[in-house]
Amino acid sequence: MNKRLPIGLAFVLLVLPCSLLVAFTHYPALRALANSFWNNGSSRRPSKFVGWDNYRAMMEDDRLAQVLANSAIYALGTVPLAIGLAIGMALLVNSKLPATGLMRLSFFMPTMLPMVAVANIWLFFYAPGIGLASQILSVFGLPPINFLGSTDTSLASMMVVAVWKEAGLFMIFYLAALQAVPANLKDAARLEGAGHVRVFFDVVLPLLRPTTIFVAVNALINAFRLVDHIIVMTRGGPNNSSALLLYYIYEVTFAHRDFAYGATLTVLMVVILGAMAAVQFWILDRKAHYQ
Amino acid sequence: MTQAGVSLEVRGIRKSWGPVEVLKDVSFGIEPGGFLTLLGPSGCGKSTLLRLISGLDEAGAGQILIGGRDVSGVSAADRNLGMVFQNYALFPHMTVAENIAYGLRIRRVSKAAKQKALARVAELMALGDLLDRKPAQLSGGQQQRVALARVLVSERPLVLMDEPLSNLDAKLRVEIRSEIRALNKKLGITVVYVTHDQSEALSMSDSVVLMNAGRVVQHGTPMELYRTPATVFAASFIGTPPTNLLDAADVRPPGDGAAGLPADLAGCIFGVRPEALHLVVPGAAGRADFTASGRVAAVEYEGSVFLIHVETPSGARLVLSHSGAEVPQEGDTITLGWDRPATHLFSKETGTAIPVSA
Repeated sequence: MNKRLPIGLAFVLLVLPCSLLVAFTHYPALRALANSFWNNGSSRRPSKFVGWDNYRAMMEDDRLAQVLANSAIYALGTVPLAIGLAIGMALLVNSKLPATGLMRLSFFMPTMLPMVAVANIWLFFYAPGIGLASQILSVFGLPPINFLGSTDTSLASMMVVAVWKEAGLFMIFYLAALQAVPANLKDAARLEGAGHVRVFFDVVLPLLRPTTIFVAVNALINAFRLVDHIIVMTRGGPNNSSALLLYYIYEVTFAHRDFAYGATLTVLMVVILGAMAAVQFWILDRKAHYQ
Repeated sequence: MTQAGVSLEVRGIRKSWGPVEVLKDVSFGIEPGGFLTLLGPSGCGKSTLLRLISGLDEAGAGQILIGGRDVSGVSAADRNLGMVFQNYALFPHMTVAENIAYGLRIRRVSKAAKQKALARVAELMALGDLLDRKPAQLSGGQQQRVALARVLVSERPLVLMDEPLSNLDAKLRVEIRSEIRALNKKLGITVVYVTHDQSEALSMSDSVVLMNAGRVVQHGTPMELYRTPATVFAASFIGTPPTNLLDAADVRPPGDGAAGLPADLAGCIFGVRPEALHLVVPGAAGRADFTASGRVAAVEYEGSVFLIHVETPSGARLVLSHSGAEVPQEGDTITLGWDRPATHLFSKETGTAIPVSA
């Protein structure tokens, strides 16, 4: 049976993981919260407590308003697209078609690549004139589009990259869920006269709901968390049209060296992600399982 | 409220999964309103056969006739039959009512007709209070009733059941067994029932198709299967405990000679049921046509009887179902006797039955 650890040894064993957690997670988070109430200091002028000033500035920041709108469009666009594509791909590789193994591999490949590498591949795709996308357009006799250089298309171009990168991973979750759907449920529906489409919408899709909730939450968090491709491809431009919240934080903090305002924006981001996590757990607890 | 059944005929069905032939020329038929059981050990092809009849899979060769109509090429939905699956196959995200009415919904039955049909089967299967529940909130027996209700609501003339009782406990199994039998009689529907449980097959069926390794071993009424097993396999598969099989060397033929028995007794296997055996006490009155001796290896108490396991000198084991007062003890050497009508003879070579004349 389990022997009781002496309290002293337990303490020693806990010190290392706790100190790492405190040093790299809790302390920086609290520090950011504290910093958001102080202004920037310099060697001549030490920083001083400014209360809600940074938050007031945040409320009046027009750029932030655009960045938040971009983030919302980005999340609401990429999440359903990635989910739809993932379900489609999972159905395809779960079918009895030939070469499903090869399909699985090629659908999953983008997930294994680092985001920076993905961004480089897509830089070539999007390159005006010589890029793959432009060449395809010219085959159909359409004028070339400067995907990354136009305010109309830059955000959408970023969303395509994210969907391409993420859908493969979500496909794996859906594939596992599809294989767990009991075959006799589909047989029972077929015997009642349901066609393939009916069977999918009446039986399979409802049984995938726990997976869909899980994937949706992860995709939503990734939409706020992953900005490597923006740094590589557009730097938020042109004219902030592809800037997302985390990219904006990066820019404010490290390009403008405005640490106080960066901390304030970080607090905003933590609040947004925390709220989403809370909704996630609430939904998962209530809706995600049948048995 | 009778829904007339249809006849079913299976002619020369073959089916292979890759290189493995799972059904080898299977044929049988059943009258409208009959209760036919496909019986056999796991892997004998009985569930595959049921799926072929349902139309969920397609046969490699042969014909299936439902109500005299060849249904090859007819989709599962258009064969006008219902099916109860082993683990019920209830849709977990739908309520009981939605589960039962699913087929009606697909066929766009009017709301009033749907309500009427639902009320009818809910009453028939005693599900009135459960209609708003989800399947996970039901017990195994209740889930089984819902699965039956879903099949009955469409008034299909032919219902296929694939080991529907195997997930239930023993008591419920006996209860639902008689319920299914009563529904078959009351509604007049034709039932094809798959099971590996021989007592289920004997107690429910009008006729039993005993299968082994993809072939029909014997087709007959439960009584025929029990009384005149066609092969060694049929004798050993049916009955609990199974028929004792004895080498001719262990058997002492009757004193009046071997009249009526085949000349080549050494090439025969003797089959005799445990309940046909009785103890022969030396010196006491009473007679037996055949006898065999052996040492008592084990004694099991079964309530109404003792099962006495006996090992013969050649090493064969036989079981005697004993209800007398004097119970032999482990290690005793005893003599068992049985009468000529209880004797089944099988050819050692082919395993098929050899008639014994009285």
